Amino acid sequence: MSPEPRRLAVFGGVYSNHLALAAAIEDARARGAGDLYCLGDLGAFGPHPDRVFPLLVEAGVRVVRGNYDDSIARGLDDCQCGYTDPRDNYFARLSYRYTYRATSERWRAWLGRLPDSLRLDIDGVRILMCHGSPRRMNEFLWESTTSTQFLATLAEAREADVILATHTGFPWQRPLPGHRLFANVGVLGRPANDGRTDVWYALVDVAPPVDRAAGSGRGDPGEEPRAPARVEFVPVTYDYERLAEEMRREALPEAFIETITTGWWTTCLEILPAKERARGKF
Amino acid sequence: MAGSGPPRARTIDDPTRGDERAGVAGRERPTRRPLPVGRSRSEAPWVALDHLDTLWFQVTGTICNLRCTHCFISCAPDNHTFEFLTLAEVLGWLERSEAWGVKEYYFTGGEPFMHPDLPRMLGAALERGPASVLTNGTLLPDRALEPIARAARASIYSLEIRVSIDGPSPETNDPIRGAGTFERALEGVRTLLAQGFLPIVTATQVWDPERDEEMRRAFVDVLRGAGYRYPRLKILPSLRIGREARRARGYDDRERVTPEMLDGYDATQLLCASSRVVTSKGVYVCPILIDAPSARLGASLDEASRPFAIDRSACYTCWLHGAICSNYGGIGQDVT
Repeated sequence: MSPEPRRLAVFGGVYSNHLALAAAIEDARARGAGDLYCLGDLGAFGPHPDRVFPLLVEAGVRVVRGNYDDSIARGLDDCQCGYTDPRDNYFARLSYRYTYRATSERWRAWLGRLPDSLRLDIDGVRILMCHGSPRRMNEFLWESTTSTQFLATLAEAREADVILATHTGFPWQRPLPGHRLFANVGVLGRPANDGRTDVWYALVDVAPPVDRAAGSGRGDPGEEPRAPARVEFVPVTYDYERLAEEMRREALPEAFIETITTGWWTTCLEILPAKERARGKF
Repeated sequence: MAGSGPPRARTIDDPTRGDERAGVAGRERPTRRPLPVGRSRSEAPWVALDHLDTLWFQVTGTICNLRCTHCFISCAPDNHTFEFLTLAEVLGWLERSEAWGVKEYYFTGGEPFMHPDLPRMLGAALERGPASVLTNGTLLPDRALEPIARAARASIYSLEIRVSIDGPSPETNDPIRGAGTFERALEGVRTLLAQGFLPIVTATQVWDPERDEEMRRAFVDVLRGAGYRYPRLKILPSLRIGREARRARGYDDRERVTPEMLDGYDATQLLCASSRVVTSKGVYVCPILIDAPSARLGASLDEASRPFAIDRSACYTCWLHGAICSNYGGIGQDVT
């Protein structure tokens, strides 16, 4: 097996934001990321879904299938997000129909062939990449509703040192007992409901040499747990005004465009837990 | 690690479990996967505990300051079928729940705010994971909320407060929940907002389903009027057991879950696949069924992790709507 690079770039949902994806690929390369990964939900929300796929393929990005990709590939009725609020349902349905229509047959078939998850072993660090959670593609792992003890059992059951997921829209990470780590890599598709127009991805440095050299490894009394990886969330600045213009031309909802240009979520709010909801504007 | 933990492997005899469930190397299980299901002696399908995502506490038993006409477990000031849990008991369950990897905790009753130790229980729960309280909102003086609000701010986890209101006006709510309860619960919502909470107002669908949209709009209007700018609202189906069976109608014989109804059905959305509830009389399968003797699964989480035959009429409502008791989901509206 050829040695794999230690710095990975991991992208979350793209939501048809091809401009942010192109900017993120360039940024990740500039920062020395060897391999690039994307954790799925390539379509939705934005314009021209077909512009995303060639970017991924040309850059050699390895992609995990998200629930949106799964729905589009299989021609399901909806995106499997489980909204109950009528307004959220209205926009989700509208966006899904647009994305389905605008995704060509060739790429739909490609989406259907994507794996549900990816496993890597880099210098003995076992990394599991998935869309929602390792057990359910459409499970929301929010920072404020996901207990550490739950993540620990997931990591143990799946024999993973590092679990990487997306699906919620916000980047966050948490060290777990037993020298493990969970990170939600955020999304490229839309801002993180923080009032800024940037979007986020994760740079993952696997078992950084400085950490590996420190101490004897596992279990010495008083020793800081050795992190299996260091995750840095990177903001991506891109031409969001151009994206907004493309969305207008495609007659996508003004509520979506407002999120792109202001950084505040205006839809899908019902799924946010109390803490995440309180940080937003709406 | 204290106490006994979850079994490493399923011990149930599962005829449907094949190699495909274990997953192919490098690939995880798909979104919709069958849980092991089978036919019980009563011909009802049984559902295995997939993972103990949610641990509920029937913290004030069946004791409530109200006597709602639709209560599916007939709570009342004088219903001592289930008693309060003590602080020590709850702390013990919280500690033992760690080995199970519980994702979140729910506190219900009765009326949880009748319990003098609720703030300390919530503080302890919030050190381990997210917590939710299901309340009628009528017992929320500022001083009761202050320590809870402090604990919520200090935690990395969300504390959700769900306030039950069953109509957007005294005329629609009070016949169900009691005279004056609409205004008192709305005052509770104002108090919660003032303390920094964003309560989830939870309404039982005690109206004709065709009026869902009208009722939803009316709720939003009245909550905005109370100062809740972007109200969070959840609509639940009624569970036609307990007092509700007399108010509306009970289930008829056809309203039962059969094994065929689980064919291709994602059983992980059933509460019994992901939850258990701790009561003063032991661990039950879910907070809905505590009046059914068969729903008591044991004295410990270990005993209560066994599969449950979903042979109760209310299981039909859970099957129909899925995950009705969690904070998200409920009766949805599709506007297309």
